[in-house]
Amino acid sequence: MFFNMQLTYEIAGGDFGKAGYASSEIKKVLKKLNLDLRIIKKIAVALYEAEVNIVAHAYRGSLTVEIDTVKISVKAQDEGPGIADIDQAMTEGFSTASAQVREMGFGAGMGLPNIKKNADELNISSEVGKGTELEIITYLK
Amino acid sequence: MSTFGQMLISIEMTLNEIIKLTKGRLVCGDSKLNYMLKFAFASDLMSDVLTIDTDNLLLITGLTNLQTIRTAEMSDIQTVLFVRNKKVSQDMIDLANESDIALIECPSSMYKTCGELYKAGLPYVF
Repeated sequence: MFFNMQLTYEIAGGDFGKAGYASSEIKKVLKKLNLDLRIIKKIAVALYEAEVNIVAHAYRGSLTVEIDTVKISVKAQDEGPGIADIDQAMTEGFSTASAQVREMGFGAGMGLPNIKKNADELNISSEVGKGTELEIITYLK
Repeated sequence: MSTFGQMLISIEMTLNEIIKLTKGRLVCGDSKLNYMLKFAFASDLMSDVLTIDTDNLLLITGLTNLQTIRTAEMSDIQTVLFVRNKKVSQDMIDLANESDIALIECPSSMYKTCGELYKAGLPYVF
């Protein structure tokens, strides 16, 4: 089967009521493409972690997913405070999340490490005071 | 599944059996009553739940908000048991119905609920 598509969703910072909506919509599209359920689950978890990160830390952002026959690439871009030390942010247990974020069940310092675990490739670039961009790539083996 | 001083037989159980064991109440997801659970995981931290990639998993939690349902949806968890007599909201029920997730409320603490299910043989993830 040949397919090639791109989906983009805007994410509002701080809006926990809607956190997960974009990931849910993208997951539904992936299911319709009849992809391997284990791959869908890995992408869905990575997407959701990235979406929650934008809601929890940024002012606004977006999730863009490009799907072709070889791979699924997710770009999670945000305008926000950025990450001062990416190595530190990748450490399990390290978190700068607010009390409100923790009340929602997040902020355990597992987000970025869990995205990495669920991706074949993870590239992070960030500028303090500007924002962060994640590129999450999953190959359709 | 071995444990301290005795051997427990590891068994799968239906959601209906879990509801009886925990004196729970099914809030939504009637079609899941015969769904077979192979493992249970208990946490109020959705960050931790998202690291679990086990199928046929019962999530036991005391966290009642929309993100609990979103977490279950993303992790392909089809059954969520809420402890400590926490009440789920209509928004949570609507989202759970959309994603075909069964929700159960139960009056006991997380410790007691986990103890009852462990004693009955429902395996842990790790």
